[in-house]
Parts: sequence; structure tokens; C-alpha cells
Amino acid sequence: MKKVTRLAVSDTERCVGCQLCMFACSRRVNVVGLESSCIKVRSVGGMERGFVVVVCRACPDPPCARVCPTDALKPRPGGGVILNKDLCTGCRKCREACLIGAVFWDESQSKPLICVHCGFCVNFCPHSVLEVEKEEHA
Amino acid sequence: MLKGDPLANVLYVDLTRRQYSVERREDLFRENLGGSGVTIRFLEEECPKGTEPLSPENPIIFAVGPLTALFPLASKTVAMFKSPHTGNLGESHAGGRSAIAIRLAGYGAIVIKGASHSPIYLAIHGNEVFFRDASSLWGMGSCFTVGRIIRENEPGAGVRTIMRIGKAGERRISYASVTTETYRHFGRLGLGAVFGSKNLKAVVVSGSGKVPVKDPGEYRRLYNEIYDACTLSQAMRKYHDLGTSENVLPLNALSALPTRNLLASKLEKAENISGETMTRDYLGRRLACSHCPVGCIHIAALREPYQDEPFFYKTSMISYDYEPIYALGTLLGITEPSAFLKLMNRVEAYGLDAMSTGVVMAWATEAFQGGLISEKETQGVHFDWGNYQEYIKGVEKLVSGEGEFYQALGKGVGEASRIYGGEEFALNFAGNEMAGYHTGPGAHLGLLVGARHSHLDNAGYSIDQKFTPETLPSPEKLAEMILKEEEWRQVLSSLVLCFFARGIYNPEVVQRTLSCAGFELSEGDLHQLGRTIHREKYRFKEREGFSLERLSLPQRVYQTPTPLGEIKEGYVREFLMHFSLKVKEGS
Repeated sequence: MKKVTRLAVSDTERCVGCQLCMFACSRRVNVVGLESSCIKVRSVGGMERGFVVVVCRACPDPPCARVCPTDALKPRPGGGVILNKDLCTGCRKCREACLIGAVFWDESQSKPLICVHCGFCVNFCPHSVLEVEKEEHA
Repeated sequence: MLKGDPLANVLYVDLTRRQYSVERREDLFRENLGGSGVTIRFLEEECPKGTEPLSPENPIIFAVGPLTALFPLASKTVAMFKSPHTGNLGESHAGGRSAIAIRLAGYGAIVIKGASHSPIYLAIHGNEVFFRDASSLWGMGSCFTVGRIIRENEPGAGVRTIMRIGKAGERRISYASVTTETYRHFGRLGLGAVFGSKNLKAVVVSGSGKVPVKDPGEYRRLYNEIYDACTLSQAMRKYHDLGTSENVLPLNALSALPTRNLLASKLEKAENISGETMTRDYLGRRLACSHCPVGCIHIAALREPYQDEPFFYKTSMISYDYEPIYALGTLLGITEPSAFLKLMNRVEAYGLDAMSTGVVMAWATEAFQGGLISEKETQGVHFDWGNYQEYIKGVEKLVSGEGEFYQALGKGVGEASRIYGGEEFALNFAGNEMAGYHTGPGAHLGLLVGARHSHLDNAGYSIDQKFTPETLPSPEKLAEMILKEEEWRQVLSSLVLCFFARGIYNPEVVQRTLSCAGFELSEGDLHQLGRTIHREKYRFKEREGFSLERLSLPQRVYQTPTPLGEIKEGYVREFLMHFSLKVKEGS
């Protein structure tokens, strides 16, 4: 049995929109800024109504992987997908297939940015909006 | 600075010709860091002596700093322009998403010149700049609606700023603000009117790029240290719990809470409008600026029934802070939170500076009650302490500019009292309206001599609270303390650090963060830079006719005792003399 971690949004109503998670996600891969972020916080439609936290929800049967013509995206044990950049042609079908908009895009490389559910961003969420779930997997 | 840092990219926009260009200005950023330091240099370049503030020649300069996007709380944008309110140096700071958006769109500064012949808004998405028609937004009743429409028509949700003006800016009220992200403001000194004079309804900037860093390992270590200091220590507690409205009760207990145009400094029923009451009964949501874990922005939810139909309600989300509670609450004798919130909501919809508006209304009330003006001037508005409906009517007429009286009000309390009298109780500080502290001489003199005439220039109110009537510092000592604080704050505002984080970003931390951004400065260098920037601002002010020798405080300030006793005219004169000498010494 292997422990698999999964990023989850526990309560968007607690989100103040600070976007520290977005900065953390890029910083994880040594990028300062937002260019490599796989998580996005935006207002619901005006900050008075609160925020939407857009991040991969680790679908058990991910549509992004299903539409990938080159098998660059493979389902990940515990949900979500793993990207093999070498196989990716940058066709953007995965981006279109994700209803929640959680496939972000690296324009410079023309490849998707895919959340790896590492939970690094959780360490920088000051208001417990994000959490890491752990699951046993064979 | 690091090679290729987009910080040195300056976007120059000409609204008249609808053209733009980008120039590298490493010279300015290397020497002056960013924010206040570079904007004053741009102002010297772009704003010739005697420029008319509402003419196309007046530049609008926005700048961010080297720490923006690298470290938390470097989240302010500094705007500089010639102020239509004071006719002199205009500088205003705002947060929201503005700083991050500008930096990650690939710029350190944006310089806007000229004027459009018809209403437009500017959309800056990374390296693309669009001049969009805004004729259908012009004249719209609410700033909130303008924000919503632009939001729906532009890309970049989550990584953009929408700076816009309301009717007050269009009508060139000299203290019209620019609102960003609904609840943050370039509040003071009339940037909104400068936008209006250029037919510029809004500026949208979006960006999600990256910036270089020197030593990634040290950078991450330092980031974590600062993050912990912001979230685990007590340093920021005041700002995230009750927010700045926490000040109401302590100031009232000290008898330092300006009440009814400073006729008093203690408000009966202050607990009604305190941070504690606002939190308990109204706090609906808290918000943060981009890259700030604190979340100091407090939004009240006001639920109101419709009068004409039962079972019909509306809920408005209205921001509150200490300063608006002071200006649109205690200074007008308003102690009912819902009354304050309704007035605040209107002021926000019009895009007026809340502080100046409150002071202007407070003067009008005293002038009306004292017979200097009558219903003829007020056009039937009965200004009366605590009567928010009348204040809302007054604000409506002020924005519409109906008649000479309201046109004078639209130029500030200085102009109104010059025409109608009552200068002795006009809370006018070198052309700007008073802030919410009657703590002692530091608060008032700090406002008077501060380069922006803002309480945040040097926090004189905070200096006051370190003393008792027995230990009151000498005028010379006070001058020294105020100047020293204002000089250091030039460094902070050049790094566009939020002043709320000043306890975390001490000189040592500032040095280390700057090193990550490729700036090696000693503590001595930083202090010298602060002094230099301050003197540059003063040089500009003096060039435009400002003179410390001619300054005076309104009589009312002397009449109402402070916690440090009555302020004495002799003390003020001596302070100004010493301050003037010290400014010259360091020039």
C-alpha cells in the first residue's frame, strides 16, 4: 500500500484572495511570479461575493487524460493526471476538456501546467482554505 | 538590479495620439529602487514648472518596486501627479491587485500623458496596449457598475487590476479618487480628477509573468521567514482581527477622537461605531491585496428592506476602516453604523475621497449652523450632526456641482472657507483635509509638513502616543522624530511595502530582500536614499510654491484640548522653524 496525497479545497468562503498559494506553486519550481502556477484564485464576479479557487480536483477518471491524443497525460493513482512532457504536442485538447479550468497553460513552452498534488501551496494558505488529503492506494 | 529584470521597463502612453512605447530605464530604478523614489524622478522629467493639474500636460505616473511579486506585502502601487487639490505634489498609494498586475505584466512603471478627445479606458495586457472606447461608461451613477462591466469585457480574471473613476472624477472634484478592485483607493489628492480631465475612465492591467531572483535558496529561506513573521507573530494582528477600526475606542478613551468637526475629541456612544460593534453586527467578509496574507480589508454586509414592497431586501457589501469611520462617522456626529455605511456606500459609488468628503461636510454643518451659509446656498439641505440623509443629499449635490456653493465644496474645505468664511474651523492642512487623530501636536504637525499631507507620511499620531503632557518632546525633538520617520518611509514606499508591515521589514530585512533582487545597499545607503527622496519631493513642492514658512494650523486645533494638553501657537512656530532648518540641512 502506498500513501497518495491529494490537494483539496476545504472552504472557499474563508478565502481572502491573497493568492499566496499561486505564488507558492510557481516558487516550488523556482519561478518567481505566477508563470508556472497550477492554481488560480479569482473573484466570483466582484470581490464582494468572494472567491473561486480553481485547482485540479483529481478526478478518478480524468477527462483531460481521455482526450489526450498522444497519451502524454496518464491517470494518476489516487486521482488526477501525470504529464509526460516529451509526448505532449501542445494541442490544448486537455485544456478544453477540463470543465473547471484547472489545466493551466505554459505559453512559452506551449504545454499544460498540471497540478501534482504535492500540497506545497497548503503551507502558504493562511486561512485554511486548502488542505491535503491522504489516501492509501495499492 | 538583476540583468533583464522587467522592473526597468517603462510603458509610456500618449492618450492624445493613442500611441505607446516601452523604454528601459535602469538608471532610474537602480538609483531609486521603485515606487516613490522613481515616481518623483519621472515627475521631474515629465511635469514642467507651473503645469496646470487638469491639463493634458499633467502626467500620471504609476510605479511598483523590486520586491513586488518576490516577497509578501510589497503590494502597493505608487501614483504620482500634480494634484488638482493642492496645486502641488500629488502622491497616492493603493493596493488591491494593482502592483502584482503591473509587475507581472512586465513593467516597473507606467507613464500616462496627454488627453483623449473622447471617453476611453486603457487596457494593458502584458505587452499589448488597447485604447478602448468608454463612452457608454461615462456618466454612470456607480463606480461598482463600471468595474463590473469592464470585468466582463476584459481578460485576465484573477491577475488584473481595474483602476477606475466614478462621477466625482468625471466632474473633476478636486478630491476624487481612483478605485481599484472595488474596495481599494488611490484616495487622496485628486488622482480621480486627473483621470477625468484626460477623459480616462479606467486603466486595466493584467499580467502573470515572472521576475528574476539572485539566490533561489536564500530567497526561499527568507520568504519563509517573512511569511512566518506575517502570520505567526503578533506584528500584524491588529490589522487582520478588527482591522484599523480597532482604533475607535482607544482614541475615544484618550479623548483624541475628532468629533463633530473637532468641536469635541470624545464621542458619546463611540462603542456604537467601534471596530468591535462593526465586527459583531456587520462584518461580512475579509479580503486581502495580492500577495499579502494579512487580509486587512473589512467588508460590512448591510441588509436593508425596501420601503415600497414587503419581503424585499437588498444586501450591500461596503468596506470600512478607521479613517472612513472617523470622516463619515464621528466627525459628522454619526454614531449609527447603518447610517455611516449608507453614506459610505454613496461616497464609494461616486468615487470621492472619504476623508476629504467628511471634513468638507463637517465644515458645511458648522457653517450652516453658525449662519455663514443658509438654505439658499445649501439648496434646502439641512446639514445637521448625525443626520445622514441630509449628508447624502449634500454629497449628491456636491458631485453634480449644482450652484456656486457646491462647486466650492468640490474644491475642498480650504476653498469653501476662503469664500464663505469659517477658516478658523475648516480642518485644512496645507490644502488637504484632516485625518482622524487629535492625539497631540505630532498628528497635526505631521500632516502639515508631510510631503503628501497624509497621516501616513510620518505617523505623527503614533509619535504623540509615546508621550504624556509631562514628557511632551521639545518642538525641535518632535521635528527630528517626524522627519526621521518620513525619511525611512520613503524607502518603504519606494519598495512599495505596505506600511502595515513596517514592523517586519526593518532595515536588516529590507537589505536581505533587496539582495535577492540584486540590489546591494548598506543600512547607511538606505537611510541616505530615504533622505534624498524626501528632499526631492520637497524640492518639487517648493518649485511649485510650497513654503514651510507660510504654513499654519486651523484655529480649531488649538481650541480643543488633546491628550497632551492644548497645542500652543509658540510650539507650532518653533517646530516649523526647526523642521525647516532640518530639511535644508539634509538637502
